[in-house]
Parts: sequence; structure tokens; C-alpha cells
Amino acid sequence: MAIEDDVLVVGGGIAGMTAALAAAREGAGGRVRVLSHKDSTLKSASGLIDVLGYAPRPAASAAGRGAGDGQSHGADDAENRAPETPLSNPFDAIPDLPDSHPYRIVGEAGVREGLALFDDATGDLYRGGHTDRNALVPTHGGRVKPTARYPASAAAGLASDDRDALLVGFETVTDFDAPLVADHLESVGVPFDAEGVTLRFPGGFRADAKLTRFADALDANERVERVGGAGYTETLPAREALAETVKDHLGDAERVGFPALLGQHAPAEVRADLEAELGAAVFEVPMGPPSLPGMRLEGALVAACREAGVRFTTGNPAVGYETDSSGRVRAVRVERNGAAIPFHADQFVLATGGLVGKGIDSDREGVREPIFDCRVAHPSDRYDWFEDDAFGDHAFARFGVEVDGELRPLDARGGSEFPNLRAAGAVLGGHDFAAEKSGAGVSLATGRFAGRTAAKEVRD
Amino acid sequence: MSDTENPETASEVRTENTVEADEFEPIQVFPESEEMDLRPGSDDCYKCSTCDTNCPVAAVDDEFPGPKFQGPEQWRLKRKDDHDIDDSVMSCSNCMRCDDACPSDVPLSQMHNTARGSFVENQMDKLSREYVRNRILANYGALARLGSKVPRLTNFVMGNSVVQKFNEKLLGITSERDFPAFADETFRTWWKRRGGVAASKKRAQDARAERDGANVESDDKRVAYFHGCYSNYNTPAVGKAMVRVFERFGYEVMVPPQRCSGTPMFANGMLDDAERAAEVNVRELAAAIEDGADIVASCTSCSMSLRQEYPELFDFEGTASVAARTYEALEYLRVHEDLEGALDDAEIDGEGDAESENFAYHAPCHARNQGLAGQAVELLDRLEGANAEDVGDSCSGISGTYGWKDEKYDTSMQIGAEMFDHMESVEGETGLTECPTCAMQMEHGTGYEIRHPLEVLEEALVD
Repeated sequence: MAIEDDVLVVGGGIAGMTAALAAAREGAGGRVRVLSHKDSTLKSASGLIDVLGYAPRPAASAAGRGAGDGQSHGADDAENRAPETPLSNPFDAIPDLPDSHPYRIVGEAGVREGLALFDDATGDLYRGGHTDRNALVPTHGGRVKPTARYPASAAAGLASDDRDALLVGFETVTDFDAPLVADHLESVGVPFDAEGVTLRFPGGFRADAKLTRFADALDANERVERVGGAGYTETLPAREALAETVKDHLGDAERVGFPALLGQHAPAEVRADLEAELGAAVFEVPMGPPSLPGMRLEGALVAACREAGVRFTTGNPAVGYETDSSGRVRAVRVERNGAAIPFHADQFVLATGGLVGKGIDSDREGVREPIFDCRVAHPSDRYDWFEDDAFGDHAFARFGVEVDGELRPLDARGGSEFPNLRAAGAVLGGHDFAAEKSGAGVSLATGRFAGRTAAKEVRD
Repeated sequence: MSDTENPETASEVRTENTVEADEFEPIQVFPESEEMDLRPGSDDCYKCSTCDTNCPVAAVDDEFPGPKFQGPEQWRLKRKDDHDIDDSVMSCSNCMRCDDACPSDVPLSQMHNTARGSFVENQMDKLSREYVRNRILANYGALARLGSKVPRLTNFVMGNSVVQKFNEKLLGITSERDFPAFADETFRTWWKRRGGVAASKKRAQDARAERDGANVESDDKRVAYFHGCYSNYNTPAVGKAMVRVFERFGYEVMVPPQRCSGTPMFANGMLDDAERAAEVNVRELAAAIEDGADIVASCTSCSMSLRQEYPELFDFEGTASVAARTYEALEYLRVHEDLEGALDDAEIDGEGDAESENFAYHAPCHARNQGLAGQAVELLDRLEGANAEDVGDSCSGISGTYGWKDEKYDTSMQIGAEMFDHMESVEGETGLTECPTCAMQMEHGTGYEIRHPLEVLEEALVD
């Protein structure tokens, strides 16, 4: 009498899919469903899997500041900012994190297990599992980001590599200004020479062609027109045409970086062909949305979930819940054009994201978790939620639900809100994922922990 | 109705807090307008372009600028009086995938429908071949009413290759496709001949008596069937299956007077036609709700229209309640009955000696938007003898009337290519889908026989 599952995961990002995958693998034959409002937002994700890039700010500066007096400028702000030196080994830093940090709840072992599940699910698509140390990956802003796992397509681009690099941008791909990126990289002291050049992508693509259009052309190796060296027009397969376009600018570079658009479905083949044509290593620089590495990651996680038997329901928002007489969650209610459709389950995982993902909502009056109305601790004066310095130590960055040792959200008295609800990913408070670069790692570690624990409860 | 209700939660979630009148509020800068205000939707767009990457038309048609332009960007351009709507809006197939893609809840399809309506009303030559052709396609239901009066003659004429060439040359309706055949007897004629609602009440009571013994008191088990044009004129077997399956679960079925849901009219920018049809439908369906019925549709584009497009575009009394009380058929049974249990206890036989029947299931885009994409496969997993495999999340490409247009035919087939490939790789040669035009496309691309999930349910559950 209703739609019924053993484990219902609300949210379809990295945390949600990891929770579902862990639950499905743990509870053999159990029914696991991912419920999400929209198509996965991984299209907005860089595709980098950070665990911990920077140590959080010292506890002293993270507490009790920010009266909103607008006076705190200068030296104070510099102190408030995240440390500039990336962590070389994120695992070494976990014991020093504050008690409320999600990594402290699932422990170092929990973080490692989350990564192991990720490595298994994504296979050849990712690199970085050979070491505990962070890799340094160039970003499309010309910064260097410490991260634990990176797409195979970015592997040849690591900033620790001393081979000289040519960065190739395209006139219509305005989010990647190759000469600027090259200058930025040199200015942060990378151990290689970086040159940047902006070219026209071969073929008559529109000025507002989507990144996916270029990726599709490279996937299919479509024949495109290109004006050759002697001024005549020739028709070549897209990969060859692109390589020909780049060749003249190669110089001494041993590797060539492109904005991440080198194929959607066959990126390894596209890279291999370009490398053969160019005689140089080829890499992608992760981009903002729409992000090809994010889409490939989505594809890999969805495939792993489906293979494990996870079911997906997408298209309508979860807006509320039902409980039984003992206070357990009985169903999540999905709003559909004015009707409420209940999705029943034995165990629930809340993986709806943080303030950006809309798993945490706020208005002028307060901050809350909108589906289960779990408590989100926050200062009552909203001028205490933020710092005036844009990159300051904002309290809002750590807003989220507080949880017990089993990731169950806590109520105001410190007890769990519901015995069969767990939270995972950015909806959890106590970490500033943007400053410390821990977003994907927290999602993997807590997602796996929550999914696995939920499946165990079902089994017992 | 025990498990559902119609809460005010949705509106509560979006309620803005009011503030003191003398305090500056950015959200109050723009004056109140009686017209539908798309500004908040436009403001919500942060240009992530996810919609563009999900658009099936943009993926194969380099000339099509994509939903982000058609929606929020074009809406902004239109704020200046000297800007026309770009004619590319007519290349949007109204699959509504962009709605599902948008992480920021921008009402893209509402914007497209509005822009397309304005383009057709103000910028399209009413004597042009394209307008006449689109008007004909959009009003398929009205034509079908005439054609189905003499089904054999109509089928003969429409199947004639000379007529098909004529349609293509004169009207721009592709001759590549075979016009769908009209049934010898419409669903509504069958329904009346069978005894209408009185007969249905009796059968529902009998079914309840058989299952629950003496407990036949259940006046609230009543649904109003929105059959739409296609299962009335072309595939009455789907309508009959709906009636029999619902009666088997003890529901009295009503079949209120109704017109086209409006889907092909929205897609062709014929908003006046759509409004006239919608007014009748809302009035009749609201009356059925007054009589204690929920609305059930077998076509996922019809249910999409009643649920989402009516409230987004029209403001008749009862529109919201019709939207809230409308369900797709399997969805309704799944939420209100133990459909899964019933399927666990049932089985179907494969064709001939085969032990089971394989179905290549395609989820229509409009089913996807209602959150129903996985439903048919999940349910048929329970049914012994049925083996349904999802053929992937690509669009079939036909999008109702879109793939019937001569100049859109190639685009339509390019979009469908991925689905055809996946269908070919599934064992067996039977397709399965809820949408009648997706079914046309599936058959056209593969030659498979295409069935509706309700027909499989009928085979499994109705004696």
C-alpha cells in the first residue's frame, strides 16, 4: 500500500549516491531508493575529490567573533583567513580537527572506507589512490588545488610535474583564459614553464556553442572544416583537426592542457588520439558548470548504483515527513503539483546538501533544515552569521545539522531527532568545505557511513 | 486516500516574510502586476547552462540556441519593446527536460510556452503554410473526431502514398511516417455500449465483494478517467485496460466529457486553442472531483498538462485542485493500492513457447518530469513472466507533433537514434511506454510492437 523501500536516501549528489551505493552493497537484496528533486547537480561539480586541502582555522578564531561592527579590516582579516599552505597529507590532520567535524565522527577509517568505495565505483576514471598525499591540480582560475582524487583526464596536468606546459584556450570558451591561467600558475611558483594561447576551435561552431557540443564532436570524431597552413580549407576528423590547430604553438612544451571538454563518453580515446597527433601528453583543466568531469562522475556513480540495484526517483521535491506512534520516520513526503506523495521506508538518509544545495535554508529570521525541520544551530542575530571580509571566517559556512556518533541529527536537548534518520554530506554542520576543501571527502565518508549503518539496521 | 492529502506545504515553503513598510526591500522594487510574473524565475537563473547540456534538440541541432536563451535570456530581451521573440523558439520540442535539469527551479518550460504563444500570436503569418500546418497538428483531436467517424475510409486515405506526398508537399507533414490508424470503435463508444458508469460501479462492487467479502462499502473508490485523444481514437485497448484494471481494484470509473489536454497546442504556441480546451477540461474534471473522484490519465503528456501546464498558464476556478488530484494510472494504484503485492502474486506468459516476455521500456520525457521514469520497470520487476529493461534516459525525439513536421523529421530521428540503438540491444521485440507519440517513434525506428504498461497490467491482473 504505497511506495516502499528499506532505505530511502533523500538527495542525489555525491553523498546521496554514496549512501545508496553503500546501503545497497551492504544489505544484499534490500530495496534502496535515491529520491532527488532535480537531475544530479554533479554537472556543477569540478569532478575533483577533495578530502582536506587546508587545515581549518584555529578554533580560537572560529568562535565568538563577528559582532558585525564593520570595523574588522586589515591584519585581523589576514589572520582569519584559511592558511595559505596546503596540507600535504590530509589524514595526518584529521586528529587535530574539532570534535564537531564530520571526519571526527566517522574517524580516519571512515574517511578511508569512503574513498575505497569511491575508487571501486569509479575505476579507471580517477587517479590519486596510490598515495595518501594530496595532489596539486591546476584550476581554470590558474590556482593550484590540493585534492585527494582527480580525473584521469587531469593526471598529466599536475602542478608537481616539472614538464613545461602549453595551455590552450578557445575564443568562445570564455571561462578559460589560457594566457591568464598560465601567468597565474607561474606566479604561484609552479616548477615548470607555462605558456597560454587562445585559438579558434576548428569547425564552424556557433559562438555560443555549449561545451558539450565540442565534447560530442570529439567523441564522435566528426569531420570538421579547418583552414590549413597554405590557406586552403580541408576537412578532417575533429581530433586530428584540433591537434593540427595546436601543433604550431607547441614549442618545447611536453604537455598540453585544455579546458575540460575533451569528450563526454570516450574521454580516454580522445586524449590518446590527441597525444598521438601532438607527440605530447594531454590533460584537462577542470571547469565550472556545465562540467564535463562532473558529468562523467555522475555517470560512473549512477552506473555503480544501478548495478547494485539502487532505484532512482527524480522530479519532485521532498517537503516533509510522517512519523509513526513511536516517533520513527515512516515516510518522506514528496510534493507534486499540490499533492503529497509518501515514500515509505525503514531507514532514511538526509543528503540534501548545504546552503548552496538547498538542504539548509535560511531567511531573515533564521536557519533551518526544511524537510525534517532538524535543528540547525545558529546565532540569533543574523549579523553574526557572516564576516565583512568576503573570504573571512564566516559562521554560515559551517551551518548544518549536528549529529550523534551514528550521524543521527540532534535536537536541542542533545538527543537524536529520529532513531532511523541519518545525515550525510554538506547538510552536516561543523565544517567549512569551501575553505578547507573537504566537500567531496565529507560526502563520501559520511555517505558511506550513513548508508552502511542504515542497511545494517534494516538487516538486524 | 488514506496515505495522501493535499497540503499547503508547497506554498508555505515559498512564502516570503513581510517586513515593515518603511524598510527598503529589494523584492518590492518592482510594482505589483496582475499578469503572470516571470521575473523571479528569470532572476533565479545563474547561467550554469545545465539546461543547455540536457536539451535533446540542442544536442543535434547547432542552430538551436537552447533553453537558457529561450527562457530567461529571451524574457529579459523582451523587456525592451523593440525586441521580437526569436523564431528559434519554434524549434523547441517542449520535452520539458530543462525543467528537470535546472538546479535553481527556473520555470523554463513555462517561459518557453509563454514566448512561443506570443511569437505565434504576434509574429507568425496566419496564412503561412507553417501556421496552417501547426494549427492542424495541434488540433489533432478535433480532426480525429471527424476521421474516426469513418475509420476504415480515413485509414485507407491517410495510408495512401499519394495522400502522404500531398501532405508533405502542401502542408509540410512528413511522408516518412505512417499516419496512426483509427480504431474501428472509439473508447468512448465502447464505454457507452458497455453501460457507462453504472456498469463500472457494478463491476467495481463485484470486485470488492470478491476480494473483501462483505465489505463492499467503499464509496470513495472512484476515479475519473482522462483518456485523452489517442486512447480514444487510436488505441482504445489502453483505455479499456485502464478501466478493467481499476475496476479490478474496486474503483468505479467515470469518464467525464473532455477535450484535448492541450499538449500539442502548447507545443505549437496555440495558447488560445489550449485555453479553450483547458477550460472545458478543468470544469468537467473539477465537477468529477466534487463527486469524490480523483483524476487518472493513461498518457503521461496529458497528466503533465493537467498537473503542470494548466496551473502555470491558466487561472480557471479549480485549476489547482485538478492539478493536485491528477495522477498517472500506475502511479495512482501504486500509491493507493497494494499494486506491488498484486503483481507479486500474478504472472504473464510469453509469446508462443517463451517463458517470459521482454519489454524494451522507454520513459517519456513528460513521465520523467513527473517523477515517474523508473516506475514501470520497478513494477514489472515484480511480475513473473515479465522482464522490462530501461532503454536509457535519452529522449525519443518525436515530442508529439514535432517529429511529424517535414523540416523537423531529421532532427527527430537523430534525437531518437540513441533510443533505437538501446532498444535493439534489448532481447525481444516488444517496446513499452506510456506516451502514444513516443510509441509511434519507437515503432517507426525499430518496427517493434509497442504496448502500454496498463495493457501488461490488464494481462496480469484481470481475469
